[in-house]
Amino acid sequence: MTDEQIKKLEEKANEIRQDIIKMLLAAGSGHSAGPLGMADVFTALYFGQVLKYDPENPWVEDRDRIILSNGHICPVWYATLAHAGFFPHEELLTLRKLNGRLQGHPHYRELPGVENTGGPLGQGLSQAIGHVLAGRMDASTSSAQVPKFRVYCLMSDAELQEGQNWEAIMFAGKNNLHNLTAIIDRNNIQIDGFTEDVMPLENLVNKFTAFNWSVIEINGHDMAEIVAAIGKAKSIFENPTVIIAHTIPGKGVDFMQWKPEWHGKPPKADEAKNALHQLRTLGGKIRSEHE
Amino acid sequence: MRYTSCGLWAAKFEASMNKFLNPKLFDKDVEQIPTRNGYGEGVVELGEKNKDVVVLTGDLKESTRVEEFAKRFPERFIECGVAEQNMMGIAAGLAAAGKIPFVSSYAVFSPGRSWDQLRVSVCYSNLNVNIVGAHTGVSVGPDGVTHQALEDIAITRVLPNMTVVVPCDAIQAKKATQAIAGIPGPCYLRLTREPTSVITALDSFFEIGKAQILAEYGQDAAIVACGPLVYQSLVAAKELEKEGVGVIVVNNHTIKPMDVGMIMKVARNCGVVVTVEEHQVMGGMGSAVAEVLAKNYPVPMEMIGMQDCFGESGQPEELLEKYGMSVAAIKKAVKNVIKRKVPS
Repeated sequence: MTDEQIKKLEEKANEIRQDIIKMLLAAGSGHSAGPLGMADVFTALYFGQVLKYDPENPWVEDRDRIILSNGHICPVWYATLAHAGFFPHEELLTLRKLNGRLQGHPHYRELPGVENTGGPLGQGLSQAIGHVLAGRMDASTSSAQVPKFRVYCLMSDAELQEGQNWEAIMFAGKNNLHNLTAIIDRNNIQIDGFTEDVMPLENLVNKFTAFNWSVIEINGHDMAEIVAAIGKAKSIFENPTVIIAHTIPGKGVDFMQWKPEWHGKPPKADEAKNALHQLRTLGGKIRSEHE
Repeated sequence: MRYTSCGLWAAKFEASMNKFLNPKLFDKDVEQIPTRNGYGEGVVELGEKNKDVVVLTGDLKESTRVEEFAKRFPERFIECGVAEQNMMGIAAGLAAAGKIPFVSSYAVFSPGRSWDQLRVSVCYSNLNVNIVGAHTGVSVGPDGVTHQALEDIAITRVLPNMTVVVPCDAIQAKKATQAIAGIPGPCYLRLTREPTSVITALDSFFEIGKAQILAEYGQDAAIVACGPLVYQSLVAAKELEKEGVGVIVVNNHTIKPMDVGMIMKVARNCGVVVTVEEHQVMGGMGSAVAEVLAKNYPVPMEMIGMQDCFGESGQPEELLEKYGMSVAAIKKAVKNVIKRKVPS
C-alpha cells in the first residue's frame, strides 16, 4: 500500500470513530472501548480492498462474509457499513431506538450487510464455520472446486473464555477450513477488568497452534499490517488462520484508552465533546475546522 | 342432545378407522418401530430429492439413525463430535448460507445443552434449522434420568419462530421429517428410543399444524395426546368404551403452532379434556392446550405426564406405569375429569 492509501484509510477510521461517539451519545447506552479499538480493522476490511462486497446487492451469493461474534461492538460495524454505502449514514443515530434497524446487538439481516445475530459471546465462530462448510459443499459440485467466498469471524479476546469457541476451534482445525479467518481483538480488557486477571487467555499463540491453526500477530492499528495479514491468511491453504490483532481499547480517546470501565458504557455529553475534539484534532496535533 | 350413545359413535369410528389407522393397531403383534427410524428413512429420502439437505450429529450417528444418510451423502454429513453448542451454531451458519440442516442428537444435549445457540443463532434469525431430539421421555429406560428428556417441548415451544412436532409413530416421524424441511423457520422434531406401536397407516394424511381425531367412541371426554402415548390413549379409549364411557382421541402432533380449531372443537363437544404426553406437565403439550382453552373455552382438564419430578432407571413399561402414564392412569384421569364436568 502507498502512504497515500494508508493515510486515506486512517482518515476513514477517524471518521468512523467520530460516528461511534455520536451514536453512543444519541443512544445513551452501549459499549465504547471495543468499537473504538476495532475501527482500524473494520476500516481495513471494508476500505482496504480486502472484502468482496456490493452494498447495492448485499446478499449476493459470492460475497465474502463478515461474522461478528462479539456483537456488543456493533456500533463500529454499523458505522463502517454506513460509510460503505449499505444504508443511509443518518440512520446511524437511530442506534438502540424503538422501531429502528440498528439493534443494540446485531440481528441477522435486519440491516443490509449484517450477516449474523450475535451478542451472547462465543457463538460467531460456529456460525462462520457453517458458512464455510456451505461454501465448500457448493464448490464441490461446481467446476471450479474453489469456494466462492471467504469468511471472516471477528471476535473479542475475552469471549475465548466461552467453551463453545474451543469446540469450534477444534472443528475448524480438524477440517482444515482454510477459507476461514478469525480476527481476535486482543485488547486485554473485559467488563470485570483485565483478561489476564479475570481469566487468563495466554498463551494464545500456542493454544491456536495446538489446535492446527496458523497464527499471525499484528498491531491492530497499523493499516498496512492489517491488510498484509489478511492477504497472508488468504495464501494459507493448509488450515484456518487466526489473526491476533493487538489493539488499544478506546483507541483515539485518551480518557477511555486501556480502561476496562469503558467497556460497557457510553460517553456523557461533555465526554463526547472532549472525545470528538480529540479525534478531530488527532489528539491536539492539528486544528479542527469544527472548533 | 349433547351426549351421543357410545355404540353409535363406535360404529361410526370403526367404519372410518381404516382411513387413518394401522388395521393391526389393536392386534397383539402390532409392529413395533422406534420413531427415530422414521426420521432416518425420511432424511435419506429428503437427501435424494434436495441437495441442500445437510445432516449434523454430535457423535450419535447410529443411534439418531443418520448412518445411512452419512453413507449415501458423505459430502453433506457433518460429524461435530461431542460438541452440541458448536453444532447448533454451525447449523445456523449453514442455514444462513441456504442449506437445510438437520441437527441430530439426544434431546437432553440438543436442544438441552445448545439452547442458547438455538435461541440466539437460530430462532432470532428465523433460520431453517431442523433440530431432531431423539431419546425423549422416561421410556428411554435403563440409561436413567440424565438421558430422559422431559423438558424439551417446554424449552422449544417457548421460543418465537419455532415449530414443534411430536410424531406418534415411525410412519408419522418420516412424514414429519419431510414436512419440516419445507418450513422456512426453525423446527423441533421430538423422537423416542424404544420401539413403539405403529399407529397410523402408510397413506394416512399428515400436515403440520393439523391435529387428527384418531378415535371417536363418544363425547364424554376428549383425550388429547402426542407422541407414542397416543397408542396408550387409543387402548384406554377402547377399554373405556366397554365400560360405557365414550371418548374422542386426538393426535395433537403439532404442539406449535397448535391446531386451535380442533382443540376448541373437542373441548366444546366433550366439555372435558385429558392431555397425555411423556413430558413434564409444566410447560409441555398439556400446558399449551390449557393456554388455548383458558383463553377461548375453559373446561376442566387432567394432565397425564411427568408430575414435576425426575424419573429413574428401569424398563420403559415399568417407568410409564410408575410415573402415571399407563393405560390405567389415562382411564382413571378420564373418569376423574368427567366427574368435574360442568352440567350444560
